[in-house]
Amino acid sequence: MPVPILAQPPYLIASVQTALTDADLIGLQNDLFVEAQKRRCDGIVVDVTTLDVIDSFSTRTLQNLAAMLRLRGVETVIAGIQPAVAMAMVELGLHIPDIRTALDLEAGLAYLRARSHRTVDRGH
Amino acid sequence: MDTDTRVQIDDESDILKARQTVRAIAADLGFDLISQTLIATAISELARNILKYARSGEILLRPAARNGVQGITIIAADKGPGITDTALAMTDGFSTGHGLGLGLPGTKRLMDDFDLVSEVGQGTTVTATRWARRT
Repeated sequence: MPVPILAQPPYLIASVQTALTDADLIGLQNDLFVEAQKRRCDGIVVDVTTLDVIDSFSTRTLQNLAAMLRLRGVETVIAGIQPAVAMAMVELGLHIPDIRTALDLEAGLAYLRARSHRTVDRGH
Repeated sequence: MDTDTRVQIDDESDILKARQTVRAIAADLGFDLISQTLIATAISELARNILKYARSGEILLRPAARNGVQGITIIAADKGPGITDTALAMTDGFSTGHGLGLGLPGTKRLMDDFDLVSEVGQGTTVTATRWARRT
């Protein structure tokens, strides 16, 4: 099932609604990357509140997405990793050093807004 | 054993099915939400290993008991190419499948008991158990 992507310029929000297959994850990665270019986004938030498992494949896919977007100047925030999921990820040995995380969607957007302001300030 | 639940692993959607099935059984057996999540994550790695290396296989879920403590055993078996060096396969960061190389060692950390039996050309069986914590 594809993940709905919401445009909230200059940001994109992907709200994961249900458990994702590997193909769904790759689809999400590609869709977000393409859409972020098309809309000249500053940042994206992937809301994973509903995910009850984040395994090595999911992590690698999100990591790759963030790395590709960063090369394009776009920041990726993963929001809403559940406490039990966070514990399982650490036990499994998964780290996402390159990805910004946030407690929830709202906090993720707040981070991106603050970042956009900093970027604008530097430009003046 | 008549209490075994079998999940056939043939394609990606079976990874989700394995997760959902083990979570439901673990919940029935009294595992808390955190343990359910750790077990579901472990089975996700094992199911993906089956798909990636053997194309298909099966996972058996078996309730276990030891000294009055409830447990759940995952038996993930395939008739794939097998693992040449099982010690190396249990090393963090080692992968022949271009993954993160955390599948087997990570799964071991998520579970309490872990046993890997593999024979080249015959297949691989991982047997892993997690025990409910006494509260």
